[in-house]
Amino acid sequence: MSLSVSEIRKDFPILGQQVYGKPLVYFDNAATTQKPLCVIRTIEEGYALHNANVHRGVHFLSQQATDAHEQARQTVQKFINASSPDEIIFTRGTTESINLVAFSFGEAFCHEGDEIVVSVMEHHSNIVPWQMLCERKHMHLRVIPMTAEGVLCMEDYKALLSERVRLVAVTQVSNVLGTVNPVKEMIAEAHLHNIPVLVDGAQAIAHLSVDVQDMDADFYAFSAHKVYGPTGLGVLYGKRKFLDAMPPYQGGGEMIDQVHFEKTTYNVLPFKFEAGTPDFIGTTALKSALDYIQSVGMDNIAAYEHELIGYATEHVSSLDGMSIIGTAPGKGAVLSFVFWNIHPYDIGTLLDHLGIAIRTGHHCAQPLLERMGLDVCARASFAFYNTEEEIDAFVAALKRIRKMF
Amino acid sequence: MDVNEIQDEIIDDFSGVDDWLDKYQLLIDMGNGLEPLDEQLKKPENLIEGCQSRVWVCASFDSSTRKIHFEAESDTVIVKGLVYLLLKVLNDRTPEEVLATDLYFIEKIGLKEHLSPTRSNGLNSIIKQIWNYAIAFKTAS
Repeated sequence: MSLSVSEIRKDFPILGQQVYGKPLVYFDNAATTQKPLCVIRTIEEGYALHNANVHRGVHFLSQQATDAHEQARQTVQKFINASSPDEIIFTRGTTESINLVAFSFGEAFCHEGDEIVVSVMEHHSNIVPWQMLCERKHMHLRVIPMTAEGVLCMEDYKALLSERVRLVAVTQVSNVLGTVNPVKEMIAEAHLHNIPVLVDGAQAIAHLSVDVQDMDADFYAFSAHKVYGPTGLGVLYGKRKFLDAMPPYQGGGEMIDQVHFEKTTYNVLPFKFEAGTPDFIGTTALKSALDYIQSVGMDNIAAYEHELIGYATEHVSSLDGMSIIGTAPGKGAVLSFVFWNIHPYDIGTLLDHLGIAIRTGHHCAQPLLERMGLDVCARASFAFYNTEEEIDAFVAALKRIRKMF
Repeated sequence: MDVNEIQDEIIDDFSGVDDWLDKYQLLIDMGNGLEPLDEQLKKPENLIEGCQSRVWVCASFDSSTRKIHFEAESDTVIVKGLVYLLLKVLNDRTPEEVLATDLYFIEKIGLKEHLSPTRSNGLNSIIKQIWNYAIAFKTAS
């Protein structure tokens, strides 16, 4: 492997700590990723040295903060290969990005009787905003089914693409199954019918190279905190032709051109969609995170994580009573499972006391779990700072827990 | 025994157990010993639904003795163990006794983490539900 995990781990101070006297094994990366020192320092220095509101001041600090904020936008643009920084909108997270599209795209393009297509494996954040739109506009939500392995049924998908469909919203990587959906093919198929596609990139952005122009996504949403960046910040990429045609999402400062009681006109892209003071310290910290990933190399990260999930799958599935949820070919570094009939809450609580942090519950994907015939499950999700030794500790812990029941 | 004597007895049972794993083992064994709830009683109105686990609590009131009898179950064994302990303390008491009880044993035996409102297993919700029953029975009688 071409990346030194022991060196990388030194960049993440949180990984060195103990919980309940045990070395921390952090396997909850699909929920949020840990932050490298460069990100933490950018935040610290931002407040210590560079803090001033952006876009408004003529003074030195404000100019400096504005430059840093706009540079961060360009870094994001290059990271996902968007054609222009004007197409990069900063939001509070993936959820807000999707809500923005559901509202503004909905206002511009959707009418009674229209349809939105989502998949059964979506996170609630890529279901509920569309349900709200459907309720508001008296539209219908259509759902792409999947196989028992967790692969979307492409024939059913194609059949759903009727002339009533205004938008397809689909995740690139499932947060429960790890399935990597063929979004490029799905987009091409939708575009044959002139249907735009929003890709939920929350679980993809930290794990594979994203090129929005190559996949030809019309919208792409992700959160900074899932890609080693700060929390409370997200990105919405949107093609200019759609963003220009969409009304603003929220009103306030920054998003205006002229305000008069008779009539207010709106700012140009991307500011039209960025009402209020943006998290300009957060955006510079996101830039640090993306620079850090670039320095490690996304291909190296993807290759290493592929090895990790292979190792984990092999060792975990060798345990008696283990059933892995989501076995799509080429899946990402997510391992959801049910172990004997031990409730995931009990597994999570006991693993926690062995220093191992995993996620249990419905993972904000209740329709998906229902499809799998489950209420809840346990999930270990990996990042490039995890190791095979940690997976060994995890497997040993599961064996130990089994004996307690 | 009054409620606090029972609480002290539980604290005593746990005091010899230093290792957290043994502590949870004890809790799991207690959970497995909790009388299963009649399937018919596992109905929506008895359900306290958390994000992580499901707990059913039902109660009946004997108006002659003025005592409340609780029955409860959870789909997780650890929560069942906690419920077992709660019922050991609070079961077959008058509404006044239930409402006057300070449940100090949970913290003393080192399981306070399960009380955190952000912890989605609903131990807090279970206690609240028990209180609600006690208030309702107190008012009705």
